[in-house]
Amino acid sequence: MAECHPVGFQWVMEAKARGAKLIHVDPRFTRTSALADLHVPLRAGSDIVFLGAIINHVLSKEKFFRDYLLAYTNAATILTEDYAGPEDLDGVFSGLDRQGRFYDFHTWQYEGLEVQAASGERDREYGDQDGTRGGSAAVRQAGRGEAHGSGGAAVPPGTPERDETLTHPRCVFQVLKRHFARYTPEAVERACGVPPEAFAQVCEWLTENSGRDRTTAFVYSVGWTQHTVGVQYIRTASILQTLLGNIGRPGGGILALRGHASIQGSTDIPTLFDLLPGYIPMPHAHSSEDLDSFVAAEQTQKGYWAGMRGYTVSLLKSWWGDAARADNDFCFDYLPRLTGSHGTYETVMAQLAGQCKGYFVLGENPAVGSANGRLQRLGMANLDWLVVRDFSLIESATWWKDGPEIESGELRTADIGTEVFFMPAAAHTEKVGSFTNTQRMLQWHHQAVEPPGAARSDLWFTYHLGRLIREKLARGGLVGVPPDSAPGDVGGVAPDSTPGDVGGVPPDSTVTDERDRPVLDLTWDYPVRGEIAEPDAEAVLAEINGRDAEGKPLSSYLQLADDGSTTCGCWIYCGVYADGVNQAARRKPGGQQDWVAAGWGWAWPANRRILYNRASADPDGKPWSERKALVWWDPDKGRWTGHDIPDFVPDKAPGYQPPDGATGPDGLSGTDPFIMQADGKAWLFAPAGLVDGPLPAHYEPQESPFRNVLYGQQRNPVRQVTGFGHPSNRLQPSGGEPGAEVFPYVATTYRLTEHHTAGGMSRWLPYLAELQPEFFCEVSPELAAERGLEHLAWATIVTARAAIEARVLVTERMITLTVDGRRLHQIGLPYHWGSNGLSPGDSANDLIGLSLDPNVHIQEDKAFACDIRPGRRPRGPARLDLVRDYQRRAGITGQTGMEV
Amino acid sequence: MTDPAAASGYRDPSPRMGFFTDTSVCIGCKACEVACKTWNAVPDDGLVLTGMSYDNTAGLSADTWRHVAFIEQRRPVAAGTAPDGEAAEAADGVRWLMASDVCKHCTHAACLDVCPTGALFRTEFGTVVVQEDICNGCGYCIPACPYGVIDQRKGDGRAWKCTLCYDRLGAGMTPACAQACPTESIQFGPLDELRERAAARLDQLHGEGTAEARLYGEDPGDGVGGDGAFFLLLDEPEVYGLPPDPVVTTRDLPSMWRHAAAAATGLMAAAAAAFAAEWLGRRG
Repeated sequence: MAECHPVGFQWVMEAKARGAKLIHVDPRFTRTSALADLHVPLRAGSDIVFLGAIINHVLSKEKFFRDYLLAYTNAATILTEDYAGPEDLDGVFSGLDRQGRFYDFHTWQYEGLEVQAASGERDREYGDQDGTRGGSAAVRQAGRGEAHGSGGAAVPPGTPERDETLTHPRCVFQVLKRHFARYTPEAVERACGVPPEAFAQVCEWLTENSGRDRTTAFVYSVGWTQHTVGVQYIRTASILQTLLGNIGRPGGGILALRGHASIQGSTDIPTLFDLLPGYIPMPHAHSSEDLDSFVAAEQTQKGYWAGMRGYTVSLLKSWWGDAARADNDFCFDYLPRLTGSHGTYETVMAQLAGQCKGYFVLGENPAVGSANGRLQRLGMANLDWLVVRDFSLIESATWWKDGPEIESGELRTADIGTEVFFMPAAAHTEKVGSFTNTQRMLQWHHQAVEPPGAARSDLWFTYHLGRLIREKLARGGLVGVPPDSAPGDVGGVAPDSTPGDVGGVPPDSTVTDERDRPVLDLTWDYPVRGEIAEPDAEAVLAEINGRDAEGKPLSSYLQLADDGSTTCGCWIYCGVYADGVNQAARRKPGGQQDWVAAGWGWAWPANRRILYNRASADPDGKPWSERKALVWWDPDKGRWTGHDIPDFVPDKAPGYQPPDGATGPDGLSGTDPFIMQADGKAWLFAPAGLVDGPLPAHYEPQESPFRNVLYGQQRNPVRQVTGFGHPSNRLQPSGGEPGAEVFPYVATTYRLTEHHTAGGMSRWLPYLAELQPEFFCEVSPELAAERGLEHLAWATIVTARAAIEARVLVTERMITLTVDGRRLHQIGLPYHWGSNGLSPGDSANDLIGLSLDPNVHIQEDKAFACDIRPGRRPRGPARLDLVRDYQRRAGITGQTGMEV
Repeated sequence: MTDPAAASGYRDPSPRMGFFTDTSVCIGCKACEVACKTWNAVPDDGLVLTGMSYDNTAGLSADTWRHVAFIEQRRPVAAGTAPDGEAAEAADGVRWLMASDVCKHCTHAACLDVCPTGALFRTEFGTVVVQEDICNGCGYCIPACPYGVIDQRKGDGRAWKCTLCYDRLGAGMTPACAQACPTESIQFGPLDELRERAAARLDQLHGEGTAEARLYGEDPGDGVGGDGAFFLLLDEPEVYGLPPDPVVTTRDLPSMWRHAAAAATGLMAAAAAAFAAEWLGRRG
């Protein structure tokens, strides 16, 4: 955190100054470790064993927060007899379809629920007759697991059976105990390389600091997520924090540090293929044929997701305005439909297959920052056109003339047909907008200076691109526009058209094609200002916030209606422009308000700072302790009150019991704090929502020098590896497989404080480039001795995909571990470098093969196996020959690493 | 001398301002280096991988006025408590010290003493600043600095160093490095106040068992009369590349002049004696 989030780390330092203990668990000794009270180095890719063993400790030593656990979690809920877990099936869960590489979720269910088809999930054509089966392969791959960013998945209707004594053999608590029984300190030592003393210290500090009077927070980043079991890493932490009572309470939680500014915002208002704003799932071509079936399939029976129809209709009204009417399903058919996974790596494969012809790269540098950079470049070389918007000529804009494949002779510039457009981008200081960071807080930033030259904001680019396309379509479609536009007629705008002039698109134009209506009917009427016609960002924020029938700004998502009388561009952001005031721009200093600081910025939903904060009070509505008081029930006023805005129906008494058949928020009792969950409980066992298991199980990374010491199952059986077959994406043998010894070391990638992601914002700046001027690898003195690596000399790192070179830093901060009885050396590779800029170097991501988490399609680049050798890499075609030689020695074919 | 500004002739000067750099909370982010260069328009210091841990600017220079040192150490640490409650054996551990260095703005500043042009001067805040439009690049100040701070810029010839953001101070602002520091490792303020804060912090660390914590440059009785920018260190000063016992290099100038005068007198006497002897010899 000190490495990648030094500004946020000031709060950790402040907590430390008040006596907080800081534990850092990381393969490497970093700047965070330097300030930690305890650094625990472990093998990259073994965290589920580590966390699972803490869960086992908490369960077996009875260190959990019993009252919290009983009241607020599904610990007491009883599972059906059909469920079988890795204990019974040597590492897999019941319902595994080995042929199709997916799980049928049917058996992961609560006892007592009505097992009936949820109509919307029914997809006859694709063979899924039952909503609990997790959908067809096509629907499942379309990222359904990701659509719960603001709440849980649906469970079938009914009242699950519970055993409040927690003794029923099939209650979640007992299932949990059995599941984690093999996650012992000995397993931690064997799989993670962590000695029992250090592990015991972590357990002691963590459990001492959790309970009524104390809470512990977990902070993680992509070191947890970028794995083939990445989502389950977070699940393991969730289970642990729930057992300890550290969710919904001040000082608790599991905090995701995002990759850069407003990454949280880019999932709230998503740049993801499978989501609409506010985590509403993108409709699927087969299972979401109309609004009714879409809503019926996706909304949960109880809790706030029950309002999904209102959120969706308000979104459609926001986008299509008057064209969205009850009699046309509010233009639901205008929304694109998914037919499978369309993530970034599928897009690259589609480029290579010639199916994807055009590509926008905005503020991203996939040639350096995405896994298997070589595949990224080869994909871009197969496009018709490519638009890159960035500050500098990043590698993704120049690979066609100076990329590694040009150097090696595999590609020739003259043979590449891709037309590349580079558009200079404005920096955050040169534009207006909001950041939404990890705490879900929107913070408005104002413009300091005008962008230089032709640089423009993304808002400007998107708005004017849309405007030009709409004008073209209004004149009869994109096809058939005369190519001989008048001089000065930028982008084919009609000479009499002024920027922002969109009133000219006739809503009932007869000259247009019906298929153009979704674009022509869009509300695309933002005011612009200044010489460059910059759209007004605050007008966009006001649109996102939403309006009532009179056009007045809404103040809460509870106002959203499903009859078309309200608009809202993102339901969770509703209220950010309450009373016509930009709430995100509020900057009341901390010293002038209480510790919750509700007057700084605006946090979704409803300016709540801590989600599920009903859990900060006991079932009767009293704070668990004075020290940790946050919200509580005021019996005199009959309302919830406190320091934060209660995340609960304001007047729902602790004693409230839902009447039979109640739905929505009314269906949850006064002691159900997890109001976005279908049953109002925190899920220790997840009966739905995850495609790779209701509980986390340790699987080895796709490429690992070790066998799985916990189960016979080596890898996550439903990890996403199919569909990426390409000679440039060969996978390596693992564990005990022959050839695995060719790649004996574990490598992990990361960032340095001095650079930013793929380097576009740092390698061109002398003040930053001089601080870390060259790509380096970090190795231990022991590995240096073993492989003849010299400090500051060169090393070549090889995988089945690439050979790259780096300067060597020999450092005792790289700690050699003893894993499963043998010495393991780990190699550290910062991933910032590419061939351009003031500080050029090879790209670590070129080493990575494509194997993804099946829930969210993230690549596994935080743990992989490689070899390292002294000296520089070969030049020209010899570079590929070296990689092929390694492939040959390891016996690698297109089938290697593809086993279930 | 407690107030160098008053001693320099300022009537009613501002309280002496300075830095207290608490290296025990430095996270090595180098924001101070970047903020300093950005505000003061200092050029980059060359793009060279030094291999000195994560330190690639290597030291204070004409082009680096704040410098973060990174020191990797191997040392025994307690590896926690074993499950049976027994303290585990001490294992080899790693310690990574980070410290942001800067011009010390000495009470007795030798650079200022030797400057023949008056380019170096004592400000009303008690700090020491080079005036770039007066410096003639003679370079006398460079060997005069006991810390090796001030430096000549190649291709420019003039001497450059931290100004403690003299321009910002004049406008009532905090120096850029202290403003940018996320963990308050770099604290700016009246020196008296900083010394009190530092003493309290030292007590706290000692109370927590960090016996090796010490202050550096806070003592008005040291060889430079105390630093305007002083530090809390977690090891010997030499570990951070700081001189253990700095002495203002002009301290001995007066006595050197006295000795020189005495020597000159002696030489003259010897010459006279030699002359006399020769004369006497001729006579003999």
